[in-house]
Amino acid sequence: MIKKILICFIMGIPIIGLAQTDIDAIMMEKNALCIGPMYGYSSWKKYWEGDLKRENLNLGTVSTQMVGLMGNYGVTKRLNVLFGAPYVITKASAGTLHGMKGVQDLSLFVKYAIAKQKLGDAIFTVFTIGGISTPLTNYVADFLPLSIGLHSTNLQLRLMGDYQLGKFFVTGSGTYMYRSDIKIDRNSYYTTETHLTNKVDMPDVASFNLRAGLRSYHLIAEAVFNRMVTLGGYDITRNNMPFPSNKMNATTAGVNIKYTPSFAPRLSLIGDGSYVIAGRNVGQSLSIGGAIFYVMDLGRKSKPDTKNKQTP
Amino acid sequence: MKKIIISSIAGLAVVAMIIAACSKNITGQTDNLAPLSPADMDINAGNWKPVLLAAPTDVEVAVPAATNTPDYVAQINEIKSWQKNITAGDRDIVKYWSAGAVLRWNEILRTLVAKHNLPPYQNDDGTYPFPSAANPLAYPQFPFANPPYAARAYAYVSAAQYDGLVSAWHYKTLYNRKAPYNVDSSLNVLIPKSSLPSYPSEDAVVEGASVEMLKLLFPGDQDFIQQKAEEHKRARIISGANVRSDIDAGEALGKAVAQKFVARARGDRAGAAAGNQAIWTQLETDCIARGEIPWYSLETPHRPPMLPLFGKVKAFLFDSLTAISLRPGPPPSTSSQQMKDETEEIYNFTKDDTREHYRLVHFWADGVATATPPGHWDAIAAEDFITKNYSEVRWARNMALLNMALMDASIVCWDTKYFYFNPRPTQMNPNIKTLTGLPNFPSYISGHSTFSGAAATVLGHLIPERAAAYEAMAQEASLSRMLAGIHYRSDCTTGLTVGKNIGNYAIQRAQADGAE
Repeated sequence: MIKKILICFIMGIPIIGLAQTDIDAIMMEKNALCIGPMYGYSSWKKYWEGDLKRENLNLGTVSTQMVGLMGNYGVTKRLNVLFGAPYVITKASAGTLHGMKGVQDLSLFVKYAIAKQKLGDAIFTVFTIGGISTPLTNYVADFLPLSIGLHSTNLQLRLMGDYQLGKFFVTGSGTYMYRSDIKIDRNSYYTTETHLTNKVDMPDVASFNLRAGLRSYHLIAEAVFNRMVTLGGYDITRNNMPFPSNKMNATTAGVNIKYTPSFAPRLSLIGDGSYVIAGRNVGQSLSIGGAIFYVMDLGRKSKPDTKNKQTP
Repeated sequence: MKKIIISSIAGLAVVAMIIAACSKNITGQTDNLAPLSPADMDINAGNWKPVLLAAPTDVEVAVPAATNTPDYVAQINEIKSWQKNITAGDRDIVKYWSAGAVLRWNEILRTLVAKHNLPPYQNDDGTYPFPSAANPLAYPQFPFANPPYAARAYAYVSAAQYDGLVSAWHYKTLYNRKAPYNVDSSLNVLIPKSSLPSYPSEDAVVEGASVEMLKLLFPGDQDFIQQKAEEHKRARIISGANVRSDIDAGEALGKAVAQKFVARARGDRAGAAAGNQAIWTQLETDCIARGEIPWYSLETPHRPPMLPLFGKVKAFLFDSLTAISLRPGPPPSTSSQQMKDETEEIYNFTKDDTREHYRLVHFWADGVATATPPGHWDAIAAEDFITKNYSEVRWARNMALLNMALMDASIVCWDTKYFYFNPRPTQMNPNIKTLTGLPNFPSYISGHSTFSGAAATVLGHLIPERAAAYEAMAQEASLSRMLAGIHYRSDCTTGLTVGKNIGNYAIQRAQADGAE
């Protein structure tokens, strides 16, 4: 069953934070499509300028809202394709800077359960996940912290392990994200040196995700811990504005809940919240989100049996 | 489990391949330039009119050793030893510096400006600290290289380089000592050969003049500056362009000429341009007394206005009375219908924040952490000068004409801003949200428009076939400030006109300096 991709805007960087879908161990059955709208709200007042935590009275609170459509399709029980695209709106509560809005990036992930092993009463499953995200519009990346995204095309590869014992589970994963260069509207910019070009080399990003909790048919409740590290990049200098190729690191903690009511087994309701507990060149965001998903069977033999649409 | 391991390894291999295939290699616009190979050596440039020197002989350059002396032969051998042990790093610096001394030091200066173009963070009590030249590394670092500071820096460095080179050309023709490769034909040369006498070295003049000026302008960056200077001098020796005595004489000449500019800079009133609380209050009171709404800072906490007395700085191209005469008439009264209409026009622009508007605004913004609008115009000029294969002395002359016009534009513009103390559009209508940072100084007249009007006029004179293109750029830069929501139309149109008038003073100088 799909949940949602919550793209936490942390000073403009879209990290797939409390996301499920591509970063959890839940798979759709063959031919089942789970699809629905999501909404997310994220805001920060304090941010890290390099290591220094500060506020900016000329930005006030920077908020990001997003609405999107997310989906997860079971090609087979072991191979799922996931997709999503958000519309994003940003705003600063103080100062004079103009907020921005627009359609952001299309994400497409392939999740494959490569191996499953019984360990006593428990089940251990290994997944590989490959993903691409690419901008759907020519939005402005170089207007942080109000840009709606960073405009790079990203390739991700993730290795994930899931351990389930009864209703309890632990899922851990590591992700490497390659980011393409981006083009900005200036033909010269300064990072730690001058660049006489409109292209910006975006450092790659590694992230680690650990989630654990209860997983049953009607309720999934989990705590999630995520650590994102930019492999390169530079710190925002004192009282400077952020730039897309900054070294953006964030440690995020949060919770997710998914509820499937027994009176409407094709529906699921999702809610989540997360907070950046440590960071570097990112905002200390508090994010909340919700989504409603509906499962439909696109197979030829349409069976109303949704009980077993979800594994493990 | 074996399957898991194999799959993981396969997965990692795919990632490695993807990363290798998409290797990120961005080249800068001037990373791979051909070595400068001037079409015309401007051999008579020793007769060109300097900016500050009374004569090219103001600084003495000693008679060089003859090329048949053991001393000179030893210097040739130094080149040969360097070349024998040449490293890839040496070749890189030769390639870098052979693109042109004036170009590279202009790029270095743009880098320093961008690094230092950051407004200081406030104190706990809501006041703002000011950088101190005496303690440049303490926060806030000295300088805050805002547009007027930058314009002045570009002008002084360019003019000092130019005067140094006029003097160098005088001594080159006077002493006529051949380049090392024209003395010893067995010498390997890594740059295009030239018939220009090599004593004193034009590269070392530019290096010496720049280093000396930058001690004053960027006193906290000496490690970076000295490293560049050492590389520059070494590149010229390794490449076979100069022997050490060419370099030493050139550097000494450049430094001595620059010292005259340093003395001028110390007395040009820029040091007092920040003003003080009494002056800031006076500007507001005077404006209210005239019946107008005064500008106030829209930053939190309110930041003192940027360099309110910069309009009193001593210009290069005209005297202080002329500077005042170049000040335009007043902006529309803050209580007039015209001001209301102009504010409404800007509000409508910002509501219509199309992608194309952002492109124009951000291309020309040249705000925090950039080389400022004068630096942007230097980059535009450099791009075209590169295609012209100018001699170093003509490069320096043209950059000096451009940058003196830009500095003088900042003087007249800042004088106008503080004479009228006119509020920004967002002050008149707080619903106006800006597409780039709102500058912390009065609105009338637009700095970008004044700079661009001046630069386009000078460059159009220097490269007539590009005049229409420069004019279009200036119009676009000017318009971008309206689209951004930070200037009224009056600020921009008047700014362009004032800039053009200032550019014409540079053209008058250009027509009389002996180079045309």
